Amino acid sequence: MAEFFITLIKIIVLFGGVLTVMAYLTYFERKVVARMQSRIGPNRTGPIGLMQPLADGLKLLTKEPFVPRRADKVVFLLAPVLAFIPALLTWAVVPFGPDFTVLGRKISMVVADVNVALIYMLAMSSVGVYGIIMAGWGSNNKYAVMGALRSSAQVISYEVALGLSLIGTIMIAGSLNLGDIIHAQQGTYVGFVPRWNVIPQIVGFTLFLTSAIAETNRAPFDLPEAESELVAGYHVEYSGFGFAMFFLAEYINMLTVSAVASVAFLGGWLGPAIPFVPAPINGVVWMLLKMSIFIFFYFWLRSTLPRFRYDQLMSLCWKVMLPLALLNILVTGIVKLFV
Amino acid sequence: MPVSWWPIGLFFIIVAGFAATSLALSKLVAPSRHNEAKAETYESGIRPLGEAQQRSDIRYYTVAMLFVVFDVEAIFLYPWAVVYDRIGLYGLIEMVLFIVLLVGAYLYAWRRGALDW
Repeated sequence: MAEFFITLIKIIVLFGGVLTVMAYLTYFERKVVARMQSRIGPNRTGPIGLMQPLADGLKLLTKEPFVPRRADKVVFLLAPVLAFIPALLTWAVVPFGPDFTVLGRKISMVVADVNVALIYMLAMSSVGVYGIIMAGWGSNNKYAVMGALRSSAQVISYEVALGLSLIGTIMIAGSLNLGDIIHAQQGTYVGFVPRWNVIPQIVGFTLFLTSAIAETNRAPFDLPEAESELVAGYHVEYSGFGFAMFFLAEYINMLTVSAVASVAFLGGWLGPAIPFVPAPINGVVWMLLKMSIFIFFYFWLRSTLPRFRYDQLMSLCWKVMLPLALLNILVTGIVKLFV
Repeated sequence: MPVSWWPIGLFFIIVAGFAATSLALSKLVAPSRHNEAKAETYESGIRPLGEAQQRSDIRYYTVAMLFVVFDVEAIFLYPWAVVYDRIGLYGLIEMVLFIVLLVGAYLYAWRRGALDW
């Protein structure tokens, strides 16, 4: 029974945490992009605009949720939920810090410590595609159908590259469990360089980062929502909280790939001890710091690069990244065996 | 080591509950004013022409087929990567054979133009 309540508390903390961080991600994005374009960004709601995410949420909640006449009602209403649930469920397997003991009970900082965590995460991200394609098809709107087709073709293409780019780190750790992958990165090279996977797996890391951006439909690969040609892509017809769910899902997915990148390539919660900070909190701080580097990188890219063309996007995946990922696996295998 | 999956089930119930409650709440507090023009499909303000649910480009279908081939390959590589330390050279040779076969099919698809957009 105690086990049940501990898990329940963990889930509630995780759930609240992810939603809060995601809300402030929108604020952070607007601020960063604004600064990069010599603007100020939101600064009217609350001190330095800090209440902006709350105001946005309330606005979306009180907007009319509305179904177009020609839409397929059931599919249309189910789609945002189907995009949102897997986005959050992925977080169940992400470890945030080392195990610790409270009142003689060992507590791990992960909701479900499963042995196939990485496959589970990839599977969940595939389920998210259903939400997108159902939204496009269910809306019965040309922009939406085109956006959904583009999005699903892009997401499944890059999913192959994403999956293959992670195999090198699995070979190093010999496990699919995210905690084990982090533990395999303990220690240092030549005394001071951390033994993170990003060094031996630099090719895998680059491939992962590129395909993660495409996988989450972010700039410069944001063709599904190319506003200049498709208005908004698959969620054109959504308003109110249905739209909010797609938005939540997209930003949570950004957080997810940042978390996977930190865990698989940057040593997750490993990091030098901060004075006077207990070990578990120390781990969480490092994990969040590493994630925010990737998040910032996302926004930086968005305000720097123009959008790719669709043929460029597809040939980059199938003709460049896929052979590179396979080569990376072979080289990793040979190096691991003979060096 | 037994693996417990029930926390994910519990998480699912909480997330689905949140989604249902917030959608219901929004239905409750948001206004609902019906309007013929509003219920029309959005097509940049022009009267919608024809249906949107129609035949689409064959290339999306090709991509889906390629995805199945290569994602299944990736799934085969995962368990191989996990036990790679234990199977050593034998595993490497086996995997090189597997990948060479696949690369053959990949090159064929490339030459037939399946990868061109």
